[in-house]
Amino acid sequence: MNWLTRVRNSLSAVVKRETPDNLWLKCPACAQMIFKKEYEENLSVCPTCGHHGRIGPKARFAQIFDEGRHSVLPSPKAPDDPLKFRDTKRYADRIKAARTATGAQDALINAQGKIAGQGAVVGVQDFAFMGGSMGAGVGAAFIAGARAAIAAKCPYVIFTASGGARMQEGIISLMQLPRTTVAIAELRDAGLPYIVVLTDPTTGGVTASYAMLGDIQIAEPGALIGFAGQRVIQQTIRETLPEGFQRAEYLLAHGMLDMVVNRAELPETLGKTINYLMTGQRKAA
Amino acid sequence: MPTYLDFERPLEELDTRIADLRGTNAAGVPDLSAEVSRLEAKANKLLADLYANLTPWQKTQVARHPERPHFRDYVARMCSDFTPLAGDRAFADDAAIIGGFATIDGHKIMLIGHEKGHDTASRLKHNFGMAKPEGYRKAIRLMELADRYGLPVVTLVDTSGAFPGVQAEERGQAEAIARSIEACLNLRVPLVAAIVGEGGSGGAIALATGNVVLMFEHAVYSVISPEGCASILWRAADKAPDAAEAMKVTAADLDRLGFIDVLVPEPLGGAHRNADVAIDSLKKVIVERLGILVRQTSDQLKTARRAKYLAMTGD
Repeated sequence: MNWLTRVRNSLSAVVKRETPDNLWLKCPACAQMIFKKEYEENLSVCPTCGHHGRIGPKARFAQIFDEGRHSVLPSPKAPDDPLKFRDTKRYADRIKAARTATGAQDALINAQGKIAGQGAVVGVQDFAFMGGSMGAGVGAAFIAGARAAIAAKCPYVIFTASGGARMQEGIISLMQLPRTTVAIAELRDAGLPYIVVLTDPTTGGVTASYAMLGDIQIAEPGALIGFAGQRVIQQTIRETLPEGFQRAEYLLAHGMLDMVVNRAELPETLGKTINYLMTGQRKAA
Repeated sequence: MPTYLDFERPLEELDTRIADLRGTNAAGVPDLSAEVSRLEAKANKLLADLYANLTPWQKTQVARHPERPHFRDYVARMCSDFTPLAGDRAFADDAAIIGGFATIDGHKIMLIGHEKGHDTASRLKHNFGMAKPEGYRKAIRLMELADRYGLPVVTLVDTSGAFPGVQAEERGQAEAIARSIEACLNLRVPLVAAIVGEGGSGGAIALATGNVVLMFEHAVYSVISPEGCASILWRAADKAPDAAEAMKVTAADLDRLGFIDVLVPEPLGGAHRNADVAIDSLKKVIVERLGILVRQTSDQLKTARRAKYLAMTGD
């Protein structure tokens, strides 16, 4: 990066705001031009077609917690680039770039606060951080979130968004499937609810572990949710895929989810669900 | 003669010449036995050299070798009894995963594993070892059954991955794998897992979350196939050899990094050149490990298994 681009980039937030490009955006679903401010006030949901845009931890925490009030939990450290992996770029450089772009340590951030009056620890995966992929850092953050919930005697709510396991960590990323499942077992042992909200997209190894093990499975409308990628499936079966395949509504119809809930209604739905699960009575023998 | 892999071409040529000479020798004209022995020694040395220096990509080929022993071969040689148990009680019986009661060196166990098949008809029947949700749900059912009645579980893992298909997705492929991992972690009986061929991603770890993980010398174990990794990260499927190298898919690498517990040596030239010897060495390690694990309490087994996977950080 040379001197000029460095200066230009550091000014971008100020400069770009005044350009018309940035005041408007095009809905990826219906192609309608939307006033950016209106879109954000509408929780990043298209006011015309209801398409739920992808949002990161910061926006999610602001939306889901009462009055947006929450405290972000520290991100646990994990080894950087344990395999010294290199494809067309070094993994060490990719992770550094992702950290600079997002300001986060890895693709999962936890925060604590209240949802519709109910205490909860909430984890949010960030698709903008290397496709939300799961390596040891995400595994560590998931465990930290679950244990923070156990310490606070409240549920752990996870918002998933991930392309799957982080290939650059090889077998270590595969081992995060059982590793995160142990954290869920700890929540179950503590008798605390584990709630999954699947957001667009959630696929691969994340779906084959903590994203499918919730006491309650909720998804946002239209979210892509699946194990295998659509291209891989198409190459295997050599047929066109059915309409709406691997979308939230399709999974609901096939019995894989409890409900599909609009973003605006999520706080109320989560609050009510937590209330049922946390106030149930069980008599000791 | 075995099916030769691409990197075994020089060996194939030698073996063919030896076979030809033997044919001529039988016809009895000049005595060529000295030449035959010389070539045999050369072939053996070549085989030893080839297999001592296999690249990760070559090992991937060996792990996928069509004549490598499969589930039915292990059962036939390792077990004095095998009583298969079928079905997931919900949808179907998936022949890509086989399971049942087994007796191995006096231990009564639950044996579960992938079966790839050995010819066209059986490969189709077993779907090339690519299980569907009903396969994993059968495995869960059998693990829970074993848990209820105190039978140790042994798994033989050999799959390129869980089946990627429309119906598999509709019936919850991801959920079935996640539950299978959970079932492994909840067991209060020993779980000994052996990666005997391909340990393909979620489809493998679903059966491989064990107290002890064994792996054959030329088996491979990875989060995605080298071809899949190459086409995503390099955007070129022909970079699979680089991907295999970078992902550290071999038993030697995984042993060094601490992700498997026992590396089980294979006979010279791979398990497919001498299946009996390979299966016997695997059996020996399985029996040894079962002997140690059956002495532990159910709490110890479950706690140790959980601790083992919690510690998998790459540190």
